[in-house]
Amino acid sequence: MTSRPGSLAAGTAGDEQGGWGADQISVQYRGQLALDRITLHAASGQVSAVVGGDGAGKTTLLRCLAGALAPGSGRVRRPAARQVGYLPASSGTYPDLTVQENLDFRAAAYGVPAARARERSGDLLERAGLASARDRLAGQLSGGMRQKLGVIAALIAGPRLLVLDEPTTGVDPVSRSGLWWLIARAAAGGCAVVLSTTYLDEAERAAAVLALDAGRELAAGTPEQIVAAMPGVLRGIAGQPAGEDRQRAWRRGGSWRIWDPPGSAGGDGTAITPDLQDAVTIAAIARELQAAGGAR
Amino acid sequence: MIAGRPLAECARVSRQFGEFTAVSEVSLEVRAGEIVGLLGANGAGKTTLIRMLLGLLPASAGNVLLFGDPPSRGTRRRIGYVPQGLGLYDDLTPAQNLEFSAAVFGGRRPELPVSLRPYAGTRVGSLPLGLQRRVAFAQALSHQPDLLILDEPTSGVDPLGRARLWETIAATASAGAGVLVTTHYMEEAGECTRLVIMADGRVADRGTAPEIIGAARVTVVETPAWAAAFGVLEEARMPVALAGRTLRVPGATPAEVRRALDGVSARVYEAPATLEERFFQLTLPTSTTEEPA
Repeated sequence: MTSRPGSLAAGTAGDEQGGWGADQISVQYRGQLALDRITLHAASGQVSAVVGGDGAGKTTLLRCLAGALAPGSGRVRRPAARQVGYLPASSGTYPDLTVQENLDFRAAAYGVPAARARERSGDLLERAGLASARDRLAGQLSGGMRQKLGVIAALIAGPRLLVLDEPTTGVDPVSRSGLWWLIARAAAGGCAVVLSTTYLDEAERAAAVLALDAGRELAAGTPEQIVAAMPGVLRGIAGQPAGEDRQRAWRRGGSWRIWDPPGSAGGDGTAITPDLQDAVTIAAIARELQAAGGAR
Repeated sequence: MIAGRPLAECARVSRQFGEFTAVSEVSLEVRAGEIVGLLGANGAGKTTLIRMLLGLLPASAGNVLLFGDPPSRGTRRRIGYVPQGLGLYDDLTPAQNLEFSAAVFGGRRPELPVSLRPYAGTRVGSLPLGLQRRVAFAQALSHQPDLLILDEPTSGVDPLGRARLWETIAATASAGAGVLVTTHYMEEAGECTRLVIMADGRVADRGTAPEIIGAARVTVVETPAWAAAFGVLEEARMPVALAGRTLRVPGATPAEVRRALDGVSARVYEAPATLEERFFQLTLPTSTTEEPA
């Protein structure tokens, strides 16, 4: 989608001592490993994206980062509770309160003086297109507006760590761009932002990406690092292959591509330079093949 | 694949709700073998248009034709539809859901796809969302529809799962069905044969993604001091977006951006717009950021 030269991705801004994150955390849920030794570094002034499908462990990881859940093992580094802004996947706003009441309530709960909170939120409300909705009940807002309110509410105490669980899921492109503006502004202000998404084109806008699958790390790093770490070769092919090769092939942008694991024979077709979406797809295929091989 | 006669055809179709015009003079065709992507913000009129195609809502003006006839129960029988909410019965198993829809459509009892057989006896409501989505697809495809209508089909699905769903959609089109699909995600637009972009009830543009992007350009700003650059550009009220540590500014020339940067050291250059950026150029001037509730 967009190009980012490696020299800029190496990390200059905001990586002061520490930052926040999770070190090797594991979480058991109903006898199953919901998170298996997951590490995520959330640098200040940077957006980090956690990507994966339903059940990948995104929510569990974000709850641990936000302090809503204690991991069974491993360590979470986060600032004091009042310096964490958290938007859960489920809600984040009170439907029976107005937009303004939601913000006032959140400010009071975080001990932010009302005048300061209004000063802080005024411009954000205006830029997010919510200023004229101050007196509307949050429950009456469209999904996109409600999510924007949720993010502004999470920002009201000036957090050093902002944790957003699928802020853009089900949100239309216009509201999504408003949400990304809020996210970028928080990062530009020095906040460490961690957000989850099911979409790689969105993850591609983050400076660091962690892809999860069934509680395990599928890939991690800057988008460039993830692409560079891809093993094997990616080829474009004329159509869907037959037999066992089907597992290594997928359709993208109207044409087919196939992944050759390291050491495999390869075949016809043209070499394709992979992007983040290819690299994460390949990581998922490699895991499937591994699981199938182990089951045999 | 050579496109044949239109399976679905809207000719200058409009729909009013009282004073409000939800869809205004929209013309659109879906032919056999095609995947037509319908893009638009909430309130752009996509759902109203789909409801008219399904025969759930009459048009206020213009003509809707399905397989050459006005929408009816008979045409509905030839359509497979996956709504955003999936439209499954949570208390029934996948097999029972398929059986029920076969009874409604009057088809023969469908087979559950192999990948869903391990869950044949599990209530749909207790399956993960990704599996529920596959059940909904299997149900929509079980009566071999000539036209498939999908509303946000891949929400919540992981990247590989999404690629697999698109394979199913493409295979259905290759087998001769027409597909109309709405999505909020531009990366999925690349899977479509052609796109129709809606804004404020009207067609804002149509064509393939490269045709729609055309010569549109944005200004890119690369600087280690991206946060400072973001601050100044934002102060100048430019529509600046963050991509990694790079800033992208649609609707402003490099010269304008350099002026606004006012001494912040940066590499500033022009680059082709993405489909999403072009989408905003096409849809934002006439729509507002505040959608109706």
